[in-house]
Amino acid sequence: MRALPVVTRAVLFAMCAGAPQPALGQASHTLVVAPGTALATLGEAVARASAGDRIVVRAGTYREPLVTIDKPLIIEGVGDAILDGESAHAILTVAADDVTIRHLHFRDVGVSYTSDLAAVRVLAVRNCRIEDNRIERAFFGIYLAKSVGCRVIHNDIRGAARDETSSGNGIHLWAARDALIADNHVSGQRDGIYFEFVTHTIVRGNTSEHNLRYGLHFMYSDDCQYLGNTFRYNHAGVAVMYTHRVLMAGNRFVSNWGDAAYGLLLKEIDDSRVEDNEFAHNTVGLSADGANRLVASHNTFRSNGWAVRLLSSTDDARFERNNFFDNTFDVGMRGGETTTRFAGNYWDDYRGYDLDRNGVGDAPFHPVRLFSLIVAQNPPTLVLLRSSFVMLLDGVERAVPSLTPSSVVDDTPALTPIR
Amino acid sequence: MRVAAKIAAFQLLDVLRSRWLFGYAIFFLLATELLLRFGGDPTRALVSLTSIVLFTVPLAAIVFATIYVHRAREFVELLLAQPVGRDAMFAGTYAAMAVLLSAGIVLGIGMPFALRGGAGVGGDAVLLVGAGVALTLVFAGTGVALALRTDDRLRAFGIALGVWACAALAYDAVLLVAATALAGAPLERPLLVATLANPIDLARVVMLMHLDISALMGYTGASFTRLFSATAGTAIAAVSLAAWAAGPALLGARLFRRKDF
Repeated sequence: MRALPVVTRAVLFAMCAGAPQPALGQASHTLVVAPGTALATLGEAVARASAGDRIVVRAGTYREPLVTIDKPLIIEGVGDAILDGESAHAILTVAADDVTIRHLHFRDVGVSYTSDLAAVRVLAVRNCRIEDNRIERAFFGIYLAKSVGCRVIHNDIRGAARDETSSGNGIHLWAARDALIADNHVSGQRDGIYFEFVTHTIVRGNTSEHNLRYGLHFMYSDDCQYLGNTFRYNHAGVAVMYTHRVLMAGNRFVSNWGDAAYGLLLKEIDDSRVEDNEFAHNTVGLSADGANRLVASHNTFRSNGWAVRLLSSTDDARFERNNFFDNTFDVGMRGGETTTRFAGNYWDDYRGYDLDRNGVGDAPFHPVRLFSLIVAQNPPTLVLLRSSFVMLLDGVERAVPSLTPSSVVDDTPALTPIR
Repeated sequence: MRVAAKIAAFQLLDVLRSRWLFGYAIFFLLATELLLRFGGDPTRALVSLTSIVLFTVPLAAIVFATIYVHRAREFVELLLAQPVGRDAMFAGTYAAMAVLLSAGIVLGIGMPFALRGGAGVGGDAVLLVGAGVALTLVFAGTGVALALRTDDRLRAFGIALGVWACAALAYDAVLLVAATALAGAPLERPLLVATLANPIDLARVVMLMHLDISALMGYTGASFTRLFSATAGTAIAAVSLAAWAAGPALLGARLFRRKDF
């Protein structure tokens, strides 16, 4: 390796990394930026580099104005290469296709009330790669706008947000498509991951926690997939809105507490699937507000205040083969009937029998308790929860149903937990 | 004090002879054991046990205390003819009853959990036993005061049942009806205050804080969040329950001191 000429090395590296190769015959160089050398700033290195070059940023702290990357480059940190925004400005703007940024350490991006200053801002490009970076105390962490095919992988973003107005989002995508957001960690931002007008994007294996507002927040972002992520301890949980054809599978929504906190709030989310997720210790596990034709299956709802909150704006949703354990209320709703169907779920409150021994309870299960209707109408009455009188009331209603909606029923409740 | 202890010891043996209390302890023992064995996970067992304790403990305590004071009347009169102070007499009788009733709960609920090393919810189990003991003190004291005021046994028994029904059921029913009638008004604070004014509700809220915290966090209003925030809330509730326990006992002592036997 040591004997190979620089050009070959760069080409080999580019091939290994899967980045686009520079055209044949075009020389590719490596420029090394280090403090106290002739090339002491990243800005100068970018200005000197030509398309396809690689810039190595050695350990050190770099304080320089916003750097705009306007040609395809690989920028790579070695050791702790710190790009400091001096709490005043943004750090990098990517304005060319095929840019790779990795192993850099960004910190202290300035807060602005007029522009979205970011550690890395990607503007109208294709195929960028942002990998293995550390971003601390940034207003916005990684900001992708109007971009296609970008990969944001294994970054660690730790904000120090104190209030919603003076904080930005960790990973923010606007009008992007075909992106991959994987294995990142985001905390202490306003929203951990924020999408608006994003399509055909995969969000996989990320952890978003302790954010001021939502762990994940998206709007108008059709055909995206969210797989195996963890969203926990976010002030308002996860809220997603106005979107079609979403797939959410294998995620964990945990410990989102508060009077407007949801494990997952689906608002106007049509034709979507929520499968195999875990909802635990949330005030509301899953809230379906206009979640039309939603299919929720094989999820586990454990120790939530309300496992599922169903609003009458939801039509034709299906809850099948989910587990309900230790929730204060299994299903909450605001009176009325619904076109949503429950089938084959395991309810730990079910007290039925199975005479024909087919694993399915012979008596239907009505998951809405009278008291949960009362609380929905008049929230302060929640303080009477589990009082003997309320239990009596619920018992009478269960024996002689008259007020609870008869359409919310599981006719084939499972007798043992699913799987 | 020595006299009070002697009387308490004697009364303990006397109460134990009735076997009533063995049944009481065995009831909790069976309920706890069965719930832990067949009721799913321990948290769930604890939730069901909480309902059982909140319902049965006040009833058992008030009824038992009322009956016992009447039953022990001849003995009390005999002893008071001797050089025995009234305070010592009262303290001994009340302590014996409180200890035995509490022991039923501590052993009945505590043993199955202790044998399982707390079953992962040891802290909450201890809290439930504590709530049960506090309710025992409140309602045993109330029963004693009631029996001392009412000489007619049947009448005292009826009043005891009435007091229990009011505290355990009617009180919450009234709150619920009132809250429904006044829906839309800012009810958080008045409802909370009203809840804390009833010892059974107080004990219930303490347990809720530990068993249904996810749901309680759904409350609007900072007063709730602050109250329900674990340690501070539990401490406030514990102090209130202690005050509740002391009240009826002191009233009973006063009545006993002045009673013309």
